Amino acid sequence: MQKMIQKYFALFALPTLIAFTLAFVVPFIMGIYLSFTQFTTVNDATWVGLDNYIKAFSDKDFLNALWFTARFTIVSVVLINVFAFLIALLLTKKVLGTNVFRTIFFMPNLIGGIVLGYIWQLIFNGILYKFDVTLTNDPAYGFWGLVILMNWQLIGYMMIIYIAGIQNVPKEQLEAAKIDGATNWVILRKIILPLVMPSITICLFLSISNSFKLFDQNLALTAGAPSKQTAMLALDIFNTFYGKTGFEGVGQAKAVMFFLMVGIIVIVQLAITRRKEIEN
Amino acid sequence: MKKVNRVLSMLLVMSLVFIAACSNNAGTNDPATTDNNKGAEGAKSNETIYYLNFKPEIAEVYEKIAKDYEAETGVKVKVVTAAAGTYETTLKSEIAKSEAPTIFQINGPVGYEAWKDYTLDLKDTKLYSYLSDQSLAVTEGEGVYGIPYVVEGYGIIYNNAIMEKYFALGTKSTAISSMEEVNNFDTLKSVVEDMQANAEALGIKGVFSSTSLGAGEQWRWQTHLANIPLFYEFNDIQGFDNATSAGLAANEIKFSYGNNFKNIFDLYINNSTVKPTLLGSKTVADSMAEFALGQSAMVQNGNWAWNQINEVSGNTVKAEDIKFLPIYSGVTGEEKQGLAVGTENYFAINSKVSEAKQQASIAFLEWLFTSDTGKAYVTNDLGFIAPFNTFNDDEKPADPLAKEILAWMEKDTTSVAWTFAAFPSEDFKNSFGDALLQYAQGNEAWDKVSSVVVDSWKSERAK
Repeated sequence: MQKMIQKYFALFALPTLIAFTLAFVVPFIMGIYLSFTQFTTVNDATWVGLDNYIKAFSDKDFLNALWFTARFTIVSVVLINVFAFLIALLLTKKVLGTNVFRTIFFMPNLIGGIVLGYIWQLIFNGILYKFDVTLTNDPAYGFWGLVILMNWQLIGYMMIIYIAGIQNVPKEQLEAAKIDGATNWVILRKIILPLVMPSITICLFLSISNSFKLFDQNLALTAGAPSKQTAMLALDIFNTFYGKTGFEGVGQAKAVMFFLMVGIIVIVQLAITRRKEIEN
Repeated sequence: MKKVNRVLSMLLVMSLVFIAACSNNAGTNDPATTDNNKGAEGAKSNETIYYLNFKPEIAEVYEKIAKDYEAETGVKVKVVTAAAGTYETTLKSEIAKSEAPTIFQINGPVGYEAWKDYTLDLKDTKLYSYLSDQSLAVTEGEGVYGIPYVVEGYGIIYNNAIMEKYFALGTKSTAISSMEEVNNFDTLKSVVEDMQANAEALGIKGVFSSTSLGAGEQWRWQTHLANIPLFYEFNDIQGFDNATSAGLAANEIKFSYGNNFKNIFDLYINNSTVKPTLLGSKTVADSMAEFALGQSAMVQNGNWAWNQINEVSGNTVKAEDIKFLPIYSGVTGEEKQGLAVGTENYFAINSKVSEAKQQASIAFLEWLFTSDTGKAYVTNDLGFIAPFNTFNDDEKPADPLAKEILAWMEKDTTSVAWTFAAFPSEDFKNSFGDALLQYAQGNEAWDKVSSVVVDSWKSERAK
């Protein structure tokens, strides 16, 4: 069998490898190269060295977007995971209609980000109209709008992962703990939480990277208004690339830094949470 | 069984290799190497023309034109329309493709700077020779790189039926009794404010349609309205042929007519269908719909908006009631000011596609502006006032706004030139628009808007 796999390795891996190379590796390397050049379209570029990176860092919109993204990520990651975990706990109890609830909670995840952004924009503006303001009046509205939107969309997905984790907790251990007289809180802290650590790793990874990379929802909900104060990193990169003539390279440089940032953050997070995982 | 497996896998591998080889071929077929294939491509008479259209409001007409052109000549025209406010974005990604647009448009000298590597010299084309005023084209040195294809005008569009109703109103407190008398900012302001006070009696929600300040919907203010004060400012600079070239040479501006901008902008936002704090969610389509439904009496826009007014369902505005008023802002001597007339639409031919495609594209444009079928489309469906001498006097668009523009050009007034062709960048306009939104919402004072305009002009020009 082993031999068989070795023999056909190329056959089975090749399609994926080719797709991966064409759709990821090549554009990625091109992207890094382009970040050191000045270009209008990707086929002709002239080398400018580190110039783009210097320009990117002296751009206060970029720093502002970085700060906004960081705040957004912290708030939404905490809220999403707390709510998702609580709902998962609730829906693993023997409550009537758990399956219906699970489906309903999961559904927002099936709607695309742009659509969600516009729908929520209508909802928020509909409410804010009553107070004679709109989402663009204050960056705080946009911030909390995005947090609510993101929670609504991601909680269902994270909930499913947590449910899977909680259902994997052995019944014997729970029963033994109960017989020993452990309170619900202690059971949660000492048994359930350590055992669902793998799910927590995944959920944190997904919510951090999704929040950091958020683009569609941001574009549809506020598009950065007022005055780019609610523009997140991805949107700022998009605006730099497409909005300013001669700044395509700077946008590309920002994108490379963006990749490094997301990469470092999630690797650190994975290392930390992995260490807490225990063998079941 | 094993044999079958082996045969199958061999087949798969072969098909993969085949696919890889094909994609490799396609990959090397980029513009840099098309020269080698020129002979082969030239042999095919049917080159596909790809036109990237700027005007979403008339996208459907272009589809019809493309179909007719193909029926007549056999040449296929592919028309792609960029959504409002995304032309530069779309162009940037489309032009990098191997099937790049052959005809695209630039918005004037500043747009030419961005795309000069891609614009073909059109000096020797017939299209250029047809221009009734060749100084309108975008040129550099001896070369001609952009050919204007439409003359447009904008101002304040008003619904005369509502104005007549107001002039006949018993409770009105101004002495003005016809639109003829409104020829400066002060009279306009008194009429507008009195109308707003009598809005209920007039059956309107507000005098002006909402001042759309949503993202991507700000061009009527940060470009068109901004043109008025800057036109006067550039006109004051001595030693230039016209205001636009003065603007192009200006590294810094003073925004010396900023208060005039504030005058008219305040009038727009304070006498409107909605409160100023709600403007961040409004779109141009919203304002045009309000006007078409008779909820407002005035809206600032240009003649291209006729379709938008005409096609709103439940439209209550009659064509003969739609009139233009120049944008008065309180500048001395503005009684002689006309509409803002000019163009920011210039055809450019992609210099990086094959020669055959370039020729086919030019032939298509020449057909559009010289053949009877083409000209009929231009005047009747596209509604363009075309700046070519191939059009006779009776071949002018018949829609009320275009007729108004032609009428205003005949009057004893001076048209305001479209100096926004000299604005340094899209970013300048967007910063201006963002500042206007903040001002309208009451988050920032007017001084802030002025300083944003001045600073952003300086920093964007320096780039």
